[in-house]
Parts: sequence; structure tokens; C-alpha cells
Amino acid sequence: MTRLTVLRVGPGTTTQDLGRPGFSDAGLGAAGAADRASAALADRMVGNRPEAAVLEALLGSVTLRTDAHVVTATAGAPSPVEVESADGRVRGGAAYEVLALAPGDTLRLGVPTSGLRTYLAVRGGFAVDPVLGSRSWDSLARLGPPPLTVGDVLPVGDAADTWPVVDAVPPPLPVAPDVPVVLDAVPGPRDDWFTADWRAALTEQVHRVTPDSDRVGVRTTAPHALVRTVTRELPSEGVETGSLQVPPDGHPVLFLADHPVTGGYPVVAVLTPASVDRAAQLRPGDAVRFRLVD
Amino acid sequence: MTPDVRPAGRNALLLTFDTLAEVVAFHAGLRRAVLPGVTEVVAGARTLLVRFDPHATGPGTLRGRLAEVEPVAAVAGPGDDPIVVPVTYDGEDLHAVASTTGMSPTELVAWHTGQVWTSAFCGFAPGFSYLTGTAPSLELPRRATARTAVPSGSVALAGEFSAVYPRTSPGGWQLIGRTTVAMWSLDRDPPALAPAGTRIRFVDAGPA
Repeated sequence: MTRLTVLRVGPGTTTQDLGRPGFSDAGLGAAGAADRASAALADRMVGNRPEAAVLEALLGSVTLRTDAHVVTATAGAPSPVEVESADGRVRGGAAYEVLALAPGDTLRLGVPTSGLRTYLAVRGGFAVDPVLGSRSWDSLARLGPPPLTVGDVLPVGDAADTWPVVDAVPPPLPVAPDVPVVLDAVPGPRDDWFTADWRAALTEQVHRVTPDSDRVGVRTTAPHALVRTVTRELPSEGVETGSLQVPPDGHPVLFLADHPVTGGYPVVAVLTPASVDRAAQLRPGDAVRFRLVD
Repeated sequence: MTPDVRPAGRNALLLTFDTLAEVVAFHAGLRRAVLPGVTEVVAGARTLLVRFDPHATGPGTLRGRLAEVEPVAAVAGPGDDPIVVPVTYDGEDLHAVASTTGMSPTELVAWHTGQVWTSAFCGFAPGFSYLTGTAPSLELPRRATARTAVPSGSVALAGEFSAVYPRTSPGGWQLIGRTTVAMWSLDRDPPALAPAGTRIRFVDAGPA
């Protein structure tokens, strides 16, 4: 079996797939890739089936060595890519490029110029042992294949069908620094728990991502907090990925893939799925604007 | 019983009810009805979050179908015995809870063991079941300050619920005892001992 060995890895690099939906009644969320569209694109680029597990690398920090011929591709945050062959020769690669690696090749992903999460697919998928039917690490439940550490050996599976039909995909246009990322949100379900100016507080100011953000949620801060009119305790209720949950400080927490199954603070609005993917690429300090949609 | 229905994003509706009993009954009705396009139902204390596949149904169609769901009152069938969970009643808050409620510790244990508990929903952690009893609830407040580490297996009370901590975690519930029964185990299928709808009876395991 083909194997990739982890030579270098930063904190928070995990295997992810479509997650494990269906365990809510046991108190377990779905997890899965935080930016689902990018993970799916990386899989498609190497001809994988949609369920093939990819690596989700935080700030691109991963170096792997292969013991066989493999085909890889990256999507999501555009990391610089470098390949060193067994004889020490180094060749450049690119983000969003399909790369053929030979036995002994080392693949290095560097820090992306923008974005947070780089998705690395290998043709066949990363075949680490699944837990409850999924290869996704759930950081809240602390369940699934654990985050990568140096020396891990990752088997490559057979979750591939067609051969790649492209050599590369154009990466997203670089974003100008400090231009706010626009995220679309559907009002509710608990918008009526806030003063009428919640719309202005959400849409007419820039929100900043704070450093305590993770796969559970992107935490934000802004000059004006949302203010509640209903102050009684909210009985715990089910929450969606993309929910803007408003804790007592009035600054929304945007739930990502590892969010809790139920929450005890009101959700003022819920992001569209495409905006959840964009939110998963936000770095601490990034500026965000919310736009309300139907 | 007509729930309040509102959107929770593009792919879910949130149904709000007046009582937990209505939630449980509607949830049972929803399981029986099997609505096309519904992918998952997440129960809460007063709510059901109904997730759907937007390619298979839409919020308008689903609202119509939900209006036709007949709630099903919880009825225990024969052979449907509750799971028995032995508890050593020596929790750190046992005496404080007893005095708050005007009971002796012995009476509190009798209250806890003398009823059948049903898992209304799970949350907080994998296998953490919010259990509601058949006897009148004590409506206990949570502790003013949460503990940073409640040991795995702690048996606890808060609000209208009882629960067993499936793993060591922070927690603000009142601790009345402990059990060796695992609420969550990956060696079991399903891994949760008490998913929503499961019935439990606590028994006094005697002094440690």
C-alpha cells in the first residue's frame, strides 16, 4: 500500500471528509472539512470520489514524503508548493496544480499569501482508520483520526474513479488587504430577541476576527455590540453550521464544522453554505461585513 | 399543538413548542411520518431543528408537510424496560440540593430512583443525555460557579433535567452521585447509551 510520511507539520492539521452527520441525537456533530467547496475541489482535481479524505492544513504547514507514485493537488488557501526529489533536486509547484510525485519525493506546503486552510488531496484519499464512518477529526468532541504529528504514516486508499482531467485550476483572485470579506446571512431564527437595530449592528459596521477562533467557531468583535430585548435564558436548541450565535457580550460567534449540536444563546442569523466556506478561510484580524439575504 | 416555525438558514427550519412534552411527542410523530427530504432532526428543550436537503424539498413544501404531522404521545410498550443505571449517591452537592428542596438526602435519593427518566435530547458532549423524569421536576438552578472538571460518570441535576457526565468536562450542574455505567463508548453500536427517546431508571447502588 502506498504511504505518505509526515516530516513536518504545524498544529491543527487534520484529515477531513464529508463528516459524520446523523449522530445529533447522541450529542455528536458532523465535523468534516471547514471549507467544503475547497476540499471537494481538491478531491475532484485528482479524480477522487467525494467521500475521499483530504488533509486540512492550517496556514499550509505540512511536509510529506511519498514511497510510491502518487497524484496530489491543493485547493483552498493558496500555499506555495515545492517538491524535492530523493536526489535532492527541488522543483517548484503551484497551488491549485495537479502534481505527480515519484517514490522518495517530498512535498512541502508553505504559508499561504491569504486564507487560512489549505486542502491537500492525494489520488485515492487518505485512508487513516475511520471513526463512526468518517475520517474527520472533531475538535469539540475530540473524536476521529487525531491531528497529524511528525512521523505519522498516512496510507493512501482507493477512493478514486476517473483520472484527473485538468493540470491546474485557476486559484481565486488575490484579495486586496483589508477589504472586508462579505458574508451572506439569512435572518433568524432568534432575530426577534434583539433590539431593532440588530440589522445595523450586523451589516453597517466592520467586524474583526479575533485570535480565539478555531474549527468550532470564528469569533468576532466590532465597535457596536448587538443588544438583547429578551433577556431570559434560551433553552438549549439545535444550531446549524453558519449560525451567528450571540453570547452575552453581544459579538457574534460564527459556527464552523465542529460547532456544538445545541446552543444556549440566541442565533440572530445563519450564513449561506457558500459564505460558511468563505468564513472558514478567515484569519485573526481579518475584516468582515455581513449582508442579509432571503 | 401548532409549533412556531421559522427559518434557520437556507437548509433548516426551527420549530418551537411550549413544553418539552410537546417536543417529544412531535419528534415521535416526525419519526413515524418520514418526510421526504428531511435529513436530520435535532431535538432541544423546546425546539426541533429540522434539517433538509434543498435539492429534495424546500421550506414551503416542508412547512406544509410539517403541519400535517400527528404528534405521538410517549407510550411504553411491553418489553420496553428502562435501562438500569446503578448510582452511588455521594455527590458533593447532595446535601445542599436536599436542603434547598426541603428533603432529606434519603428522600432526594428516593425521588431520583422512584421515577422513569427519558432522554429528551443530547448535547454538550457526545452521549450527554438531557433526561426528564415522570415525577414533578425540582427546577434546580445551576451552580453559581461552574466546576472546571466534573468527573466522568457524575450523576447531576439542573433545571428540569438529570444527566450523567459521559466524560470529565467543565460543568455547572449539581452533583448528587456517580455511576460506572458508560454513557458513551465507541466499542458499542450505537455509542451513546441514551439517545433521544431512551428510558432510564436509576437505582441506589448503596454506599461506596
